[in-house]
Amino acid sequence: MKFPYSEKVLEHFKHPRNVGKIENPDGNALEGSPACGDMVAVYIKVDSDKNRIEDVKFESYGCASNIATGSIITELAKGKTLDEAKKIDWKEASEALGGLPPIKAHCSVLAVEGLRSAIQNYEERHGLVKEQKPTTVEIVRKRLKKVMNPLSGLDLVRTNLVTDVEVEGGVVRVVIDIPSGHQFANNIRDEILEKIEPLWDVNQVVVEFTE
Amino acid sequence: MTEKPVFLDNAAATRVDERVMEAMKPYFFDIYSVASSEFGYSLGIESREALEGARKTLSNYIGAEEDEFVFTSGSTESGNMALKGVALSLGEKKGKHIIISGIEDFPVLHSARALEKQGFSVTYLDVDHEGFVDLDKLRDAITDETILVSIQHANQEIGTLQDIETISRICRERDVLFHTDATHTFTRVPLDFNQGAADLITVSPHTIHGPKGIGGLYIRKGTPIAKWMDGGFQEFNLRAGLENIPGAVGFAKAVELVTEGETKEIQSMRDHLIDRVLAEIPDTTLNGPRWKRAPQNANISFHFVEGESITLHLDMRGFAVSTGSACFSRSLEASHVIMGIGGDHERAHGSIRYTMGRYNDMGEINRAVDAMSEVVQQLREISPLGKTK
Repeated sequence: MKFPYSEKVLEHFKHPRNVGKIENPDGNALEGSPACGDMVAVYIKVDSDKNRIEDVKFESYGCASNIATGSIITELAKGKTLDEAKKIDWKEASEALGGLPPIKAHCSVLAVEGLRSAIQNYEERHGLVKEQKPTTVEIVRKRLKKVMNPLSGLDLVRTNLVTDVEVEGGVVRVVIDIPSGHQFANNIRDEILEKIEPLWDVNQVVVEFTE
Repeated sequence: MTEKPVFLDNAAATRVDERVMEAMKPYFFDIYSVASSEFGYSLGIESREALEGARKTLSNYIGAEEDEFVFTSGSTESGNMALKGVALSLGEKKGKHIIISGIEDFPVLHSARALEKQGFSVTYLDVDHEGFVDLDKLRDAITDETILVSIQHANQEIGTLQDIETISRICRERDVLFHTDATHTFTRVPLDFNQGAADLITVSPHTIHGPKGIGGLYIRKGTPIAKWMDGGFQEFNLRAGLENIPGAVGFAKAVELVTEGETKEIQSMRDHLIDRVLAEIPDTTLNGPRWKRAPQNANISFHFVEGESITLHLDMRGFAVSTGSACFSRSLEASHVIMGIGGDHERAHGSIRYTMGRYNDMGEINRAVDAMSEVVQQLREISPLGKTK
């Protein structure tokens, strides 16, 4: 039989590790992708003396890539310090899984985001968050690096699709270099909104496409 | 591959029947010329005879005149030809308005969108929660500018059978051409071609164990339709391109092989699958109507789980099905059909389509339902939504 995924992805898909909820977690997050509808929940238990992830579990309402990435991310994060775990990115997860199809990047990024959000949730709950900085073009660009271009599996910034970013008076304007009628235009817009809107001082996000 | 997979995606493709293959074979190895060579050498005459023989079988089958049946490369081309051909012919003369249902398959849907970009206006008719077009809305949508109504016979995903007779009558009363895409019903659900079911009808053998790469368009005599693809003078100068003679012969053979008894059996497999799944697996919703649906189609949403995960698990167990989940599609868009019947993203996310054919049997259906039950339970256990206790 032939499958569109690596052996490792299939193995984690069939037998996902660390599945389930943690009762009274120290940090948790539920991430959803408006583009494909997938969701992932991540729960962490933290050893507060060492700032180390003692236990991590996940749940997935998603496709094979989403399930496999959720599984691998728990394996990668367990035992790491919060700072180490925050550095786990999509590339590392994807490599640990023996590669993922580019079009599936956004389903798997979700699990990575889930872990980061769960850590952030822990930090917020425990007063570890540093002062809130005002949103800048740099911060917006950094977040756009998490939005995938489904055609290549690479992010919008790296594939030079972000032609302009403006931040003024709580309004963020982003110009993306694809036609508005493009196959993925709506998905990309939804994902940009999802990444930028939660910034504390942003009231409105405008996504424009070049025609 | 040790065991034969249980193939329940017969709306996408079917296993070719050996008898079809046998009928086609001589036209690959012995009589391989094209029909246009009939005035050049005798092989061309034999090709012409084969092509016209196939056309005769098909036009007889549907009760049409032979010159009312044009071979194309498949239902995608037939749909393009119907919409773009009529638009080219009547756009300047009569008007630039086209009406289609919002749940048409891509050939019609995307042809309509392409025409929109060229200055045509398109009304996309809403459907109800089972996928039926509201006939009053159709009546209201027709204007003096309307040149074509295109509404499918059965839906490709949820199987809804439209009331073609009434739609046809409405169009006739208002003097508007009517095209129906009968890809998923041809030979399985009777459609009255000669009694005026429609002016244009798209058919294809790929759903009835015939070859891929061949299709047909019934064009009622006198229907204004322009040639939209340029090339030679084949197919009554309506469709340019080398004639696919083995394809045409295989098409005719495939149609001859379909029997009413077989269709009834397929329908009973559909009913059994629907009944068992709805009774045995909790949190499921049937998509499309229970009875007025294509005999080979079942489509069910399994809540709290995602379709691509289901199909992959089923695939590993040897079952091939399809899903309306965005994760499954190359466009990353959830099924426009499930969304069109008022379903949300979640319902599309967990929707599975089963389509049966000649080579399935009740034992396979039972095994598929058993596997389905296990897979859905397994996936629900890891889902953050709607835990089954």
